[in-house]
Amino acid sequence: MHEQRRRFLLITGAGAAALSGLLPPFNADAATWNKAGFESKALNDAIKSLGAANATETRDISITAPDIAENGAVVPVAILSKIPNTQSISILAEKNPFPLAATFDIADSAEPYASVRLKLGETTHVRAIVKAEGKFYTASKEVKVTVGGCG
Amino acid sequence: MSEPMRIRATLQGDVADVRILMRHPMETGLRKDAQGQIVPVHFIQNVTVAHNGKIVLDAQWSQAVSRDPFLGLRVKGAKVGDKITVTWTDSKGDKRMDEASVTGAS
Repeated sequence: MHEQRRRFLLITGAGAAALSGLLPPFNADAATWNKAGFESKALNDAIKSLGAANATETRDISITAPDIAENGAVVPVAILSKIPNTQSISILAEKNPFPLAATFDIADSAEPYASVRLKLGETTHVRAIVKAEGKFYTASKEVKVTVGGCG
Repeated sequence: MSEPMRIRATLQGDVADVRILMRHPMETGLRKDAQGQIVPVHFIQNVTVAHNGKIVLDAQWSQAVSRDPFLGLRVKGAKVGDKITVTWTDSKGDKRMDEASVTGAS
């Protein structure tokens, strides 16, 4: 019991040291934010910003999301790609004011999976776009929204 | 100062199921407050997750991600005690980093 507590304190101590700037900046090689894509109001522009205009429809992407979301402010969405060598997963809410919601760049050492909670303004198709070996694949699922979550 | 994240990483076989709960308002810039004023846009833009110091997931987000964001991912080749480090950066340039250890399935 005491041993566990001591280890916890050690871990939090290390975190504080890192935050106070003793360690090199961690985020140095983070991907830059896709400003053009995230600020696109048109679905096609958002898809183009990903380079995915010619994405192939596939059944090898599974989208887990509710059929009906009573609260559009918090809609759980999980994407699992079965496409070999998946590099990234993007999620778009087609009817949102800004359709592109998220892009996940995924290393080989993680499963091609990501789970988040999104705001959906109204009933919409949630579209996943997967990049694998430089090619794009897509699938979508409709989520009916009872009370929108953009306000 | 932002509030700490809650990070849980549970080993299932050799895959760590990582669940992260961040504390952030994720303001869309479309919402009005009680006085009818637009609440300025303010949201997490980048999240990186590292496993023993090596980045395994690098996320870019819009304001469509819900308030107090949840992120779930699965890290392969993990062992009990491995370090999972999560860093976010928001649209005002604020950052936060938190760390947790992979635990065995209970």
